[in-house]
Amino acid sequence: MHKRRRFRNRPLGDRILDIFLYAVAIFAIVLSIYPVYFVLVASVSSSTAVNSGHFLLWPEGFHLSGYQFVLENKKILTGYYNTVLYTLAGTALGLAFCIPAGYALSRRDLPARNLIMKLMIFTMYFSGGLIPTYFVAKDLNLVNSRWSVILMGCVSVYNIILIRSFCESSLSEELLNATKIDGCGNGRFFFRFVIPLSKAIIAVIALYVAVGYWNSYYHAMIYLSDDTKYPLQLILRQLLMTSNNTAEIQDGELAGEYLKQVQVVKYAVIVVATAPIMCVYPFLQKYFVQGVMIGSVKG
Amino acid sequence: MGKSKTNPKGLELKKKMRLARQNWALYLMLFPAVVMIVIFCYVPMYGIQIAFRDFNFAGGILGSKWVGLKWFRYLFNSAQFWPIVRNTLVISFYSLLTFPIPIVFALILHNINSTRFKRITQTITYLPHFISVVVVVGMIYTFTSYNSGWINTLIEALGGQRINFMAEPDLYVHIYIWTGVWQEVGWGAIIYMAALTNSDPELHEAAMIDGANKLQRIIHVDLPAIASTVLIMLVLRCGSIMSVGFDKSFLMQNNLNLSVSEVISTYSYKMGLQNSKYSFSTAVSLFNNVINFTFLTVVNSITRKLSGSGLW
Repeated sequence: MHKRRRFRNRPLGDRILDIFLYAVAIFAIVLSIYPVYFVLVASVSSSTAVNSGHFLLWPEGFHLSGYQFVLENKKILTGYYNTVLYTLAGTALGLAFCIPAGYALSRRDLPARNLIMKLMIFTMYFSGGLIPTYFVAKDLNLVNSRWSVILMGCVSVYNIILIRSFCESSLSEELLNATKIDGCGNGRFFFRFVIPLSKAIIAVIALYVAVGYWNSYYHAMIYLSDDTKYPLQLILRQLLMTSNNTAEIQDGELAGEYLKQVQVVKYAVIVVATAPIMCVYPFLQKYFVQGVMIGSVKG
Repeated sequence: MGKSKTNPKGLELKKKMRLARQNWALYLMLFPAVVMIVIFCYVPMYGIQIAFRDFNFAGGILGSKWVGLKWFRYLFNSAQFWPIVRNTLVISFYSLLTFPIPIVFALILHNINSTRFKRITQTITYLPHFISVVVVVGMIYTFTSYNSGWINTLIEALGGQRINFMAEPDLYVHIYIWTGVWQEVGWGAIIYMAALTNSDPELHEAAMIDGANKLQRIIHVDLPAIASTVLIMLVLRCGSIMSVGFDKSFLMQNNLNLSVSEVISTYSYKMGLQNSKYSFSTAVSLFNNVINFTFLTVVNSITRKLSGSGLW
């Protein structure tokens, strides 16, 4: 089966099927990439071409005015800064909280581990809902604080389960016992062995968490009222959605320059907001399968 | 007999206490995550009781008047109730229908001979998964714009009529679902691809010797190899049947499509944070939560009976 047979030597039905398989794959590639490619091309095209809705295969003209607008717009820059801050802080905290917890729960000699696990899993399927959670945040003075965005969603039970399953399957009990005899305590074992051996799963989870922070607008929309604290996605939301109900564009700083070349600016903003993730994920691709596989082993 | 039954239990407890003392560092590792979960998941559950009270800030949670099922009656009798439940169910069941697409895609990819082409296809089809909802919805709006969207230019060039996509309530669900498929097909296929690589190559060879062609091998060898994975994924999907995500619905809503785009989660948000009907909003989310939880439990116990394995 692994020997590749010559195309011509194979039955006709198989050859037709092969052509079909490749056709579907190519169709999927085009469909996945064209919208993104269009955004990239439109962001450097002339605003007249973009406004008239040309179907673009390559840039019409080459203009960087969209990007210039982005770079000169204080709101977008502040949003970018906020997003980077939330992503870094949230990911760091998320990893710092979830990795040790996942490891601890993977230890079969931990009394009450099943109870703790069940209580955690329960929260995946049942929650207090928006208003009760909002009141808790309010009591903790988190409303309109940057901490609300950082803390909400940094601990994910799903990620804890991923780490637990990974540790259960890849860290042997012999290793633990051998190091115990040598006088290695739990803390030292964690830093000396668990972390170096779980690099792959840590990479996947760091990516999941970071992408989650980078792309989310929900918590920021609920808890933040001060727009200097808004992350990029909320600013994007204002930019991308408002011109659909034009009445809402009354933002002085954005309005004047913006209306002339709304579309190009929109596309430039999308590129700027999406590029960092697009540059990172292909390098972590080999870990995805591993991460998803571990995740499918039930919690 | 009675004595020997209690004694090991006492010993067991002692042993556990000793283990717990020995492993204090492990509890320390658990501590931050547990604290976060208690604060942001369990403490809010205590606040659910405001769904049964007339909440006001002066009284707080415990000081507000107990009104029993008032808000639930209000919900069931309101004119909004059936439309939002119907919208939520329509979107859920429609998206459940698209469940097989990643499976088919995985089967197709798996059977492409060139490893390199396969890998490139995978990388590229993961791409939409990493685009934020805000950007996706922004793209939908600009691409389908009546005057300046390239999709309309294309339709016109092919001899069709321009369509104001986002103003047509009839099109809303289709746009919602198929842009979702676009985002998740490649990503959703990963798990099935992984299950397929674990399928037995000897079965393939045996089938080939028996004269099975490629299509027959896909159906009779590949498909059974991923059956259990498919089942688990299906249970997971069914469990969230009533939870249509807030993020995308909220962004895609406009005044023209509200009759089909208002779902339970967005309704609860609007009632709670925009209209300050705190108790009513909590009742709405509790109703949704309970239905979901019940559904998941039922589906899970059915699969456990049928296949011997479920989520728990």
